[in-house]
This record gives sequence, structure tokens and C-alpha cells, in this order.
Amino acid sequence: MNSVLIVAGKEFRDGLRNRWVLAITLVFAFLALGISYFGAAASGSVGFTSLATTIVSLASLAIFLIPLIALLLSYDTVVGEEEQGTLLLLLTYPLTPAQLLIGKFVGHAAILAVSTLVGFGGAGLLIGMLSGEMANAGLWEAFGFFILSAILLGWCFIAIAQLISVLVGEKSRAAGLALIAWFWFVLVFDLLLLGILVMGEGRSGGQWLSWLLLLNPTDVFRLANLAGFEAVREYTGLAAIATGPLFRPYALAAILVVWIAVPLSLAVWRFRHKVV
Amino acid sequence: MTAIVEFIELGKRFGSVQALAQLTLSVQAGEIIGLLGHNGAGKTTSMKLILGLIRPSEGQIRVMGVTPSLQLGHEQRRCIGFLPENVRFYEQLSGREVLRYFARLKGAAVSQIGQLLEQVGLAAAADRRVRTYSKGMRQRLGLAQALLGEPRLLMLDEPTAGLDPAATCEFYSTLDELRGRGTTVLLSSHVLPGIEGHVDRAAILGGGRLLAFGSLDALRAQAALPLTIRVRGQWSSTGWAESISATGMSLRQIDPQHLEFTGPESAKLTALRLLLEVQGLQDVDVLPPSLDALYAHFNRESAGREKVS
Repeated sequence: MNSVLIVAGKEFRDGLRNRWVLAITLVFAFLALGISYFGAAASGSVGFTSLATTIVSLASLAIFLIPLIALLLSYDTVVGEEEQGTLLLLLTYPLTPAQLLIGKFVGHAAILAVSTLVGFGGAGLLIGMLSGEMANAGLWEAFGFFILSAILLGWCFIAIAQLISVLVGEKSRAAGLALIAWFWFVLVFDLLLLGILVMGEGRSGGQWLSWLLLLNPTDVFRLANLAGFEAVREYTGLAAIATGPLFRPYALAAILVVWIAVPLSLAVWRFRHKVV
Repeated sequence: MTAIVEFIELGKRFGSVQALAQLTLSVQAGEIIGLLGHNGAGKTTSMKLILGLIRPSEGQIRVMGVTPSLQLGHEQRRCIGFLPENVRFYEQLSGREVLRYFARLKGAAVSQIGQLLEQVGLAAAADRRVRTYSKGMRQRLGLAQALLGEPRLLMLDEPTAGLDPAATCEFYSTLDELRGRGTTVLLSSHVLPGIEGHVDRAAILGGGRLLAFGSLDALRAQAALPLTIRVRGQWSSTGWAESISATGMSLRQIDPQHLEFTGPESAKLTALRLLLEVQGLQDVDVLPPSLDALYAHFNRESAGREKVS
């Protein structure tokens, strides 16, 4: 356990040193403020809109951005150390491959969690003050849940990136594979589902389709955040079909945790077999 | 004395390549062992097996009484120091930070880092990023890393590669200091000069086989390798050379000014005494058998043995 924390500590300090933490925090903060300020531009006005509107727009944008950032952060976890020539030496230390990989996961997860919390949280506080919604407890719960699920979404993609980093032998291939993973989960998957829905002309029924949504962490994140807002359910097509006990926000957050555990376990398993 | 490393009929195959075969060898606590051989002889493979980075295909290996692997033997691994060939570190960290990270991973006292940096001559550069280090400085940092936590077993893969002569000299004095502390050291090299005076025993590897194992003097005597004397001078005839040939040295004329005598070690002093009397002699060079010759001898011998059996 101690070794895990030592590795995690180094990764986190590296994140501070090479400005990853700062960069991600600023991107998230400006994104939130920008969306809030210009969010109402379509209706002909600018100025800070309510936090509820901001959360909905922010969730849609976070789906593109967070996976990309997480993949960039971790795609070279193992393959990078391998190319750098430090992996061999690390493995001769009293440290199992699993401890090394999990330590790196914890370090990267902390980088993303701190950036998300400070970036979105700081911006959220500012928006709340400017729009005079500080006293709305329900709203803060929704915003808190948004940050939590955004962190979980990031962790899913860190786990996926780590899996990629143990599967390939070169950094450039890991980068390519990370890009493909992003493309698949963020763009292609939803288009495919939509295509199936249109081709079946709606006859196939929504229920199994909504289960298919659980196979994509970005969709789980979307459902979790949109499901919380009754008004949103009305006009978002995909989210409207997902109903039932499993589609409550906290159940969906638990599914995101599964989406972290599975790729990470696969990565640990693969890493163990790769080195010995 | 107890064996700290033991190879028993060990074999390692990578696909169709037999990297090590039938290796039986034991290293006693406190010994300094040289692993000698050309590239691809199996030196690095042997070290990786000891570290548990790879598993043997045949036979057994015991290190401090256990079979090394990545999952087990953490207590053992804490007592092992390793300097890999072409050691690399985190470029964005300083030398001191690199050592602090590795010390914490090893559970070694962070307080010894300053003294270690001093010992390898990196104290002045300790707070500079590794990115700015030369090859020799990286090698010294690698050595400091291997010495963290006062290991009982130290494995050094080509430790003097990239070091300048002064640093090489310092390295060997460090080695002698470790000997005094009772550390067992395995060091590999593909060159013989320099390590001769510092290893207790040498294992000569070739093509994945143990060709010979013993003290270097014993190996040299066993091989009875000829030494070479090169002379240069201004002389009208080379008639004097016959008296030297008579001691058992064979003569080879490179050009009128350069001659070369090759013969047994026992004839060395007699031949040199005669040579010094020769009119017009300008220079004498005595070349002891090189690792190449030693290596070639044991390689031939093992090939011969195989044919017989």
C-alpha cells in the first residue's frame, strides 16, 4: 500500500510540475464561465445565466473534453516508462507490477480530481454568486453531483488509457489507439445507436436500446446528469428513453465506477503477464 | 560460507534463441564476481534472472534462498541493488529527487542520499535536472541508485561504460570499499583491463554457456595463453632475433623496424633480458593475453569437448 502511495505521490507532483493540474483547472474554469456567460446568446442576450442551464450545457461539452484530457494524461503510463528506460529499473524494486500501475492510476486520478473540483467548483461558486442562486440547496446538490460524475468519467478514461498503455509497445501507437478510443466512445457509438434507432423506425422499442447506452461511459455520464433535471428529460431524445431504477443518478454513478474497475483490472492483469 | 546466488542447470530460451543453457554456478556471500563475455553471451540475461524480471525455461535459480519473482520476495529485493546497462532516469527531475523517489520505494533512509551523491561525485550537480547530465553523470547516478539501502547483493551491468578514466578509477575504489563491507557484487564487462585486480572470481560466458569459472590468474594459467612482445628499433640486420626465438618465442616481422614475438608466459623475462641488450632498440611493448584470447581459448575448448562427447 505504501509503495502505491509513493508512486501516486510522484505522479501527482509531476502533474503539478509540468503544469497539467494548472492547465486542466484553467480549461475547466473558463469553459464553465464561458458557457454561463454566452449560454443565452442564442436567445439574443449575454450575461450569467442560471446554474441549472449551465450544468446542462457543461455536461454536454464535458463529454467531449474530459475523455480527451484523461486519455492525454495517461496514454503513456506504462509504455512511456518503457520507452524512457525506467520501467526495468522500477520493476527490480520491492514493488509489484500491480502496485506500480495502481499507484500511477491514483496519481493521475488525483490530478484530474483536483483540477475538476477547483476548476468547475470555483467557476460554479462565481456563477452562483453572480446569478443570485447561492441559497438554492437543490441546485448545489445537482452541481456537486455534476462534479462528482465528471471526476468519475475522467477516471474511466484514465483506466482505459492505462489499459491502452500496457497493450502496445510504442508510445506513438498508444497515442493513436487513445485517439481511436476517444472517437469511438464520444462520436461513433452514439451515431451507431441513433442509426439503429432510425433504421428500426422506432419499432424495436426503447428499452434494450437504453441498456446499450450503459456500454458507453460517456452516455452513462450524460444520463446521470440529464436525468436529474426534469425539464431536460423533456427535450433530450436519448435520455428520455432511459427510465427505470437503474437510471437514477446515483445508480448511474455506480455504473461509472464499474467502468473504472473493469479496464483497470484488465490493465493490471495484462501488465502482470507482460513483464514476466 | 553460504551461497547467495545459485544457478542449477539453468536454461533460458527466448523463442528459438537459447540465451542460456546448462548454467550451474554459485556465488558465495562477500565475493566479487566478474561476468565476462561478448555481447549476447548471456550476462544481462543472467542478471535479469537473478532479479526475477524473467523466469528460467529450465532448471532452478535461488537468490538468498528463494526463487526470485516480481510478486514475491520483497524482503530479498530490498537487499539487492541493480545498475542496468544504459541506465535512464526521469529527465525532468533532479538527481537528488530521483534518488529520493527510489530510496522511498526501496524503504531506504532518505538521509543517506547526500552522502551517496558525494561518494559518486555528483554533489555539485545534485540539484540540476537529469536532462542536463552527461552519459558519465547518468552512470554515476545509476551507481548511487544501486547503492541505496546498503544492499547485500549488488549487480552492476557494464558499470564502467561511459565513465572517464578518473571516474573508472573511483568506481573501482568504491568496489574495494564494498568488499570491505562484505557486499556480494556481480559485475559484467566485455573488457578485461581494469577489473582484473578487483574481482575474486570470473565467470566467462559464451553463447549462453559457462565456459570457465575461477580466479583470473587460474584461468590464465589454465589457458596457457601466449603473450606478445612488440619491439621497434633501428637495426641493419635481425640476426639477433634468433637468440630470442630460441627461448620458445616465435618471430613475426611486421616491417624492417617492427618485430613481434609470441610465446609462453614463462619465457617472458628471459626474452626481455635478451631484448634489452640489442643495439638500436627504441621501444618494447608487452601485451598480456586479452579477454578476446582467453575467451577464444575457452570457446574452442568447449567446442572441442562437445565434439568428443
